[in-house]
Amino acid sequence: MSGVPLSWYLILSAVLFALGVAGFLLRRNVITVFMSIELMLNAVNLSFITFSYQWKQVNGHIFSFFVMVVAAAEAAVGLAIILTVFKNRSTLNIDDISSMKN
Amino acid sequence: MNFFLLSLIKAAVVAFVLLTTLAYLQWVERKVIAHIQVRIGPSRVGPHGLMQPLADVIKLITKEDLIPPYVNKFLYLAAPFFAITMALLSISVIPFGGPIHIFGDNTWMQLADLNIGVLFILAVSSVSVYGIALAGWASNNKYSLMGGLRSSAQMISYELPLSMAVAAPLLLANTLSLRHIVERQSGYYLSFIPRWSVFQTPMPQIFSFVIFLIAAFAETNRIPFDLPEAENELVAGYHTEYSSMKFAAFFMAEYSNMVTVCSMTTTLFLGGWLPLWPASRGSNFVPSIVFLLAGAIALYHGLHPARRRDGFTLPVVAVVFFVLAAVFLIPALQGALLPLFWFAAKTGTLLFFFIWIRGTLPRFRYDQLMAFAWKFMFPVAVLNLLVTGLVVALSS
Amino acid sequence: MDVILFLIFAAIAVICGFNVVVQSHPISSAISLIGVMGSLAVLYLLLGAEFLAAAQVIVYAGAIMVLFVFVIMLLNAGAEIRHGRSLIAQVLGIPLLFAFLGLMLYFVQHMFPGAAEVRFGGFKHGTALDVGRALFTQYLLPFEVVSVLILIAILGAVVLAQKEME
Repeated sequence: MSGVPLSWYLILSAVLFALGVAGFLLRRNVITVFMSIELMLNAVNLSFITFSYQWKQVNGHIFSFFVMVVAAAEAAVGLAIILTVFKNRSTLNIDDISSMKN
Repeated sequence: MNFFLLSLIKAAVVAFVLLTTLAYLQWVERKVIAHIQVRIGPSRVGPHGLMQPLADVIKLITKEDLIPPYVNKFLYLAAPFFAITMALLSISVIPFGGPIHIFGDNTWMQLADLNIGVLFILAVSSVSVYGIALAGWASNNKYSLMGGLRSSAQMISYELPLSMAVAAPLLLANTLSLRHIVERQSGYYLSFIPRWSVFQTPMPQIFSFVIFLIAAFAETNRIPFDLPEAENELVAGYHTEYSSMKFAAFFMAEYSNMVTVCSMTTTLFLGGWLPLWPASRGSNFVPSIVFLLAGAIALYHGLHPARRRDGFTLPVVAVVFFVLAAVFLIPALQGALLPLFWFAAKTGTLLFFFIWIRGTLPRFRYDQLMAFAWKFMFPVAVLNLLVTGLVVALSS
Repeated sequence: MDVILFLIFAAIAVICGFNVVVQSHPISSAISLIGVMGSLAVLYLLLGAEFLAAAQVIVYAGAIMVLFVFVIMLLNAGAEIRHGRSLIAQVLGIPLLFAFLGLMLYFVQHMFPGAAEVRFGGFKHGTALDVGRALFTQYLLPFEVVSVLILIAILGAVVLAQKEME
């Protein structure tokens, strides 16, 4: 029964993070941008837990736990902000919410 | 025996028993509610309506399976699948009984003992909200959407008091594995009071029990918390656009959630498969006595039948009960059957309580329901957890 | 067995992650993100982080994503309209992307040569007991601070999302 090399987990984390960055930069819908941020946070969690396995300590799990909690708080407040913006501008396209530019 | 083969056999047995129980739970509910409302209930299909679930299954399978053209196809098909999968998944960690010895292997009457068993059930019930929310969305119908959102909001609001009420007996049991929680409730005070969580010193978990039950009613969308579902008796709800087997899937998911929640209550609070008083004082004869009494009552009513057909069917029922009473006296089978009897008795009592409440109470209005969750249940659950923690910390 | 499980769930994670970025309707992106979180929970189990796997499903997939799904259903803004896709970016960009990815994979593989192999059961200290012990002794201050943070977030969300007073 062979195991999985540690670097594979890190590669997966890097790929997911790259996908999150791509979504963040390329998409125009503000909720999809927000979901790409969550994807990035998940990728980082995976990397924390992988390193926690490598060093056989539980501290990586604690960091991951805090990242989850902060992501929850951020999602709650961020979605409330999105709701308010939608109420005022009736659009979810971030190109159109640019009245403070220039 | 091979571990995989054994697990497969256990899974097949549990699945078969569970699906039969779901079908006949519906029969029991209809009969009990009928007798509460002073009528008879299903009585035509088979003796005492016992073939009614079969007739319902045949009806649902042969109905036209209509997929309206305006729905989001993928989500429309995925939502009932999701609901029923999550509902059936949570049965896999419930301990039905103690250790048994079959086919030369020592195993437990439980499909999988995870050491995060309680968290697994909470996780599965958190994810099962999606079945309803997506069903409401996929139907492309304003009323379904509103019904689905209301039902999901109700479920996630009551998840908080549920989780807090679950955390309190965990402080006494010091473990998350369901098998170990039941084992920590074994033993007796004064050699006749069982050490179940509701009776355990330093802090009897009576408030947690009540809070868990009330939150469980809301989680499974049962009366008095079923306004999102009752809407479809009046106008619409999240399963308006569903027909035949997909509709049946949602109902099966509801009954399966009910069974899961009652099993969780039994495991966490009422001592799982442990008997009510010690075996040394004769609790091994309780199943036989219960079945003997039931058989005697059936025989008496069979000899003075109210309807002509009862003169035949009730004595048959009496004979079945006498055979069961005899089976429970066989020592070789007692090790496996007695814990199963106690577990089934406790879960069955709670299920009867669920059905009894359905026949008795009116339903809450939606804003009353949400205010009850956030302004009463949640603070009470937090207070209960704090007091339990304080008492446990001070007493150890 | 570990390798097969890892490959299956890593493939599901990558495909769902790609779907999050590519789908035009936000609800499909949300469902794909739930798929990513579920498969990541399985990978956490393979890495011995059982409490974190349960927390991932309960908190992320069961609460945060429900919030996302609610907001998408309430706002009901519809699919995104794409415009202005440059052909040069697609012809040049996608092969370059794969080349960059390959280079990155090569370097990551070289950074950890012959490193530990992850076996299921290789790390037994990810239980609720160990996480709880570390959380309440070594990391007590961050724990308390984060609970104040959650309180602030609740207050902020309630204030931002309430109806305007007339």
